[in-house]
Amino acid sequence: MNPFSSGTRLRDMIRAIRACKTAAEERAVVRKECAAIRAAINENDQDYRHRNLAKLMFIQMLGYPTHFGQMECLKLIASSGFPEKRIGYLGLMLLLDERQEVLMLVTNSLKQDLNHSNQYIVGLALCALGNICSAEMARDLAPEVERLLQFRDPNIRKKAALCSIRIIKKVPDLAENFINPAASLLKEKHHGVLITGVQLCTDLCKVSSEALEYFRKKCTDGLVKTLRDIANSPYAPEYDIAGITDPFLHIRLLKLLRILGQGDADASDCMNDILAQVATKTESNKNAGNAILYECVETIMSIEDNGGLRVLAINILGRFLSNRDNNIRYVALNMLMKAMMVDAQAVQRHRATILECVKDSDASIQKRALELVYLLVNENNVKPLTKELIEYLEVSDQEFKGDLTAKICSLVEKFSPEKIWYIDQMLKVLSEAGNFVKDEVWHALIVVISNATDLHGYTVRALYRAVQTSTEQETLVRVAVWCIGEYGDMLVNDVGMLDIEDPITVTESDAVDATEVAIKRHSSDLTTKAMALIALLKLSSRFPSCSERIRDIIVQNKGNLVLELQQRSIEFNCILQKHQNIRSALVERMPVLDEATFSGRRAGSLPAAVSTSTGAPRNLPNGIAKPAAAPIADLLDLSSDDVPAPSSSGGDFLQDLLGVDLSPASAPSGTSQPPKAGTDVLLDLLSLGTLPPAQSSSSTSDILSSSQDNKAPLANLNGLSSLPSLSPNATSPASAASMMDLLDGFGPSPQNHEENGPAYPSLVAYESSSLRMTFNFSKQPGNPQTTLIQATFTNLSPNVYNDFLFQAAVPKFLQLHLDPASSNTLPASGNGSITQNLKVTNSQHGKKSLVMRIRIAYKMKNKEVLEEGQISNFPRDL
Amino acid sequence: MIRFILLQNRQGKTRLAKYYVPLEDSEKHKVEYEVHRLVVNRDPKFTNFVEFRTHKVIYRRYAGLFFSLCVDITDNELAYLECIHLFVEILDHFFSNVCELDLVFNFHKVYLILDEFILAGELQETSKKAIIERMGELEKLE
Repeated sequence: MNPFSSGTRLRDMIRAIRACKTAAEERAVVRKECAAIRAAINENDQDYRHRNLAKLMFIQMLGYPTHFGQMECLKLIASSGFPEKRIGYLGLMLLLDERQEVLMLVTNSLKQDLNHSNQYIVGLALCALGNICSAEMARDLAPEVERLLQFRDPNIRKKAALCSIRIIKKVPDLAENFINPAASLLKEKHHGVLITGVQLCTDLCKVSSEALEYFRKKCTDGLVKTLRDIANSPYAPEYDIAGITDPFLHIRLLKLLRILGQGDADASDCMNDILAQVATKTESNKNAGNAILYECVETIMSIEDNGGLRVLAINILGRFLSNRDNNIRYVALNMLMKAMMVDAQAVQRHRATILECVKDSDASIQKRALELVYLLVNENNVKPLTKELIEYLEVSDQEFKGDLTAKICSLVEKFSPEKIWYIDQMLKVLSEAGNFVKDEVWHALIVVISNATDLHGYTVRALYRAVQTSTEQETLVRVAVWCIGEYGDMLVNDVGMLDIEDPITVTESDAVDATEVAIKRHSSDLTTKAMALIALLKLSSRFPSCSERIRDIIVQNKGNLVLELQQRSIEFNCILQKHQNIRSALVERMPVLDEATFSGRRAGSLPAAVSTSTGAPRNLPNGIAKPAAAPIADLLDLSSDDVPAPSSSGGDFLQDLLGVDLSPASAPSGTSQPPKAGTDVLLDLLSLGTLPPAQSSSSTSDILSSSQDNKAPLANLNGLSSLPSLSPNATSPASAASMMDLLDGFGPSPQNHEENGPAYPSLVAYESSSLRMTFNFSKQPGNPQTTLIQATFTNLSPNVYNDFLFQAAVPKFLQLHLDPASSNTLPASGNGSITQNLKVTNSQHGKKSLVMRIRIAYKMKNKEVLEEGQISNFPRDL
Repeated sequence: MIRFILLQNRQGKTRLAKYYVPLEDSEKHKVEYEVHRLVVNRDPKFTNFVEFRTHKVIYRRYAGLFFSLCVDITDNELAYLECIHLFVEILDHFFSNVCELDLVFNFHKVYLILDEFILAGELQETSKKAIIERMGELEKLE
């Protein structure tokens, strides 16, 4: 009984579904049908089982779940009639796949059917096995399939051959059993058997080197002959496509020959003639012919070198490349990529054409061509090629810009002959497609700019011009704002003018305008705005005349809804208002960024150390105990954008502010401080900045040297570190306030370093809410290693301290001698002090700085108090 | 090797979907949706090849139907394009002037033809005549 001709129920269902106007209606029909089928399954209905399964297949194709029908497939397969089995196997292939456990149950049925006397049923079983065979089934049924490779009917042999491919892919160990039968298939005349046999051999070569050797030795000649016969065969209507007899067989043969010829000179030699014949004689006016030529070129490229053939192959690709058919051009580009490995010079000749393909309107061609151009670029042609690509960037599709930008940036970075060219090209890319530029790319640009000292003026002016016209390119704005902040004075004063530049008149107020635009633009993201804010702070010191205006802009942001911007604005405002004396030092130009460190970290060799620093303000209670793992260069580096934005710019800024003046602290601080000692934010940051000696990198010296120029503020900032501490339990919201407190508390007190002579400024070495300790330094003439320190203790509380005891400890390279203290009672409220002399001898003088741990014990109102701390901010050359 | 074969109309309705690699149902639907989106709006002058995830889709449009083959990135695109055409010719011959409705109502036969043409993701028979004859023999057994 035929389910599809007698009962018309399947047709009816399809009609009903097609008649549905809405998706809801369709769902209703399908639901009804599925219910009926489920009912039939439950009743174990025999008569309509195959019709129901056919319906389920249709329903499955529409995208509805049909797993409840899986067992029905198995039942149909187990039935005896051909029509039932046919639907059963079809359902098996559609509704199940190799991963379902149910499939185990079908192995036995398959085995029986593979041995069935009806060859059509054997065919069904082979087909199902070929499509859904799992590894277990492969092991169980491999002997049957192997036997069927010699079956009398060619229809079974070709199915068995393809089935064998599936089996050896699932279980490569079985490959050796198939080598001999596969080789004998190659002698067949029947095209179907031949083409599947060739395919089986190809796949055997992939999984087994033994098979490869065998076929290379025994079959190469035969295959060459087969290819020659088929290439020279007279018109064969059954296999003819566009005047060529069986192009598919051609292609399969060429592919197998390629595998046999690869890495074997003899085999390659053997096939040279026929390859030459195919390459020259094949008609190339139809797709079928081109498909053969394409395969032939690939084979020529892959087998052992024969100069003449390669020239032929490259010429064919050249012809392909100028073909009007896009498909042909696509495959030409594809193959030229492979040809690059063989003969880069020959491919270079087609550069102009390839470049045209980048501008094609078809994304597939664009993509291939771009990848090829990327390979073509070398030191000699980077300039013209980049120019072309950048010009194209202006007109390319939005979807393509991302890829194109990435490739251009990578090329420019890789091959740039000089810095000015690199900067120029990057500025063009940023202006055209800044929104597609990845973070690490513009970070790298800033590092390069920072290193190109003689180009600072040129760059900042070029960026200023660019940002006037392309305000919507986020990364351009960022780089521009950064440079204006750093080199704003050069922008205004035309410093370092190059001959190629057009003169430009920018007033101080123009520069501030540009930055203000960035901060006010709605589409600017947090990073850009934060960078603009910092730039403004920097400009406030570079352009004193605009100072008031800058303060206004900053004040406007005090109410910003983004906490980060709000907090920074408040802090910056505070700096502008109350700390004129340190401002210029705070906003010093950043030291040259270290390229090696940056590229090293880009490559992932250094951990993202920035998180330590940015996390610090939020980790008050335990932050101080954290060992300073980050090299200073990392702290200063811009890549803090790698971490979530809100904290980044803040960390950035603080590093910016503090980093420059940190140098004296380059003593080992790996020894963590006792958590009790100082828990204030700034000390935290400062201690983070201190540099474990082992990690000193080249950039450190930059920073160190830059700090020598501004010794005075240095002492000030050192003072900062010992300002009043917070309670250990302070929580993060307090940090902003405490920061201000610190700055405020410090504001009106310029340190009295005049008294201490120019050599060594005095140092507030330790300060808590109740106690301050100041160090005054002096040296004995002729003994630079030894430093005399006079410690002065002042009581900041309203209570008298009794039994005052100061203790200190130093690392091994130092020797410490403590003289008795002047008293053991410290009067209240700073009405008097205790002094104590210390003598420190530094055996590593000039190499390492002083460092000291201190402990101060006293009794206040008969209660014992203990304070501890670490002093690592000694002047450097003690 | 062919990963899957899809036959879809312009609205994205699947008329035939044959997978030679195991995929979850949800994944299949996603693939069908994505492939349709990929091919449906391409200019007829464009290449018949689109990169799809880590593979390549070779497609060809016949009237309102898209025939799409997903193949390995290293496979011969032109050959598979020819392969699609051969398949269409076989269908055309079998249904004598095939149209979408033939494929809808006889979807199971389309699968059977496909199983005679391609097996395990590889080409099984390149002769149109041989496949039509074979189908005739199978029909007789019904």
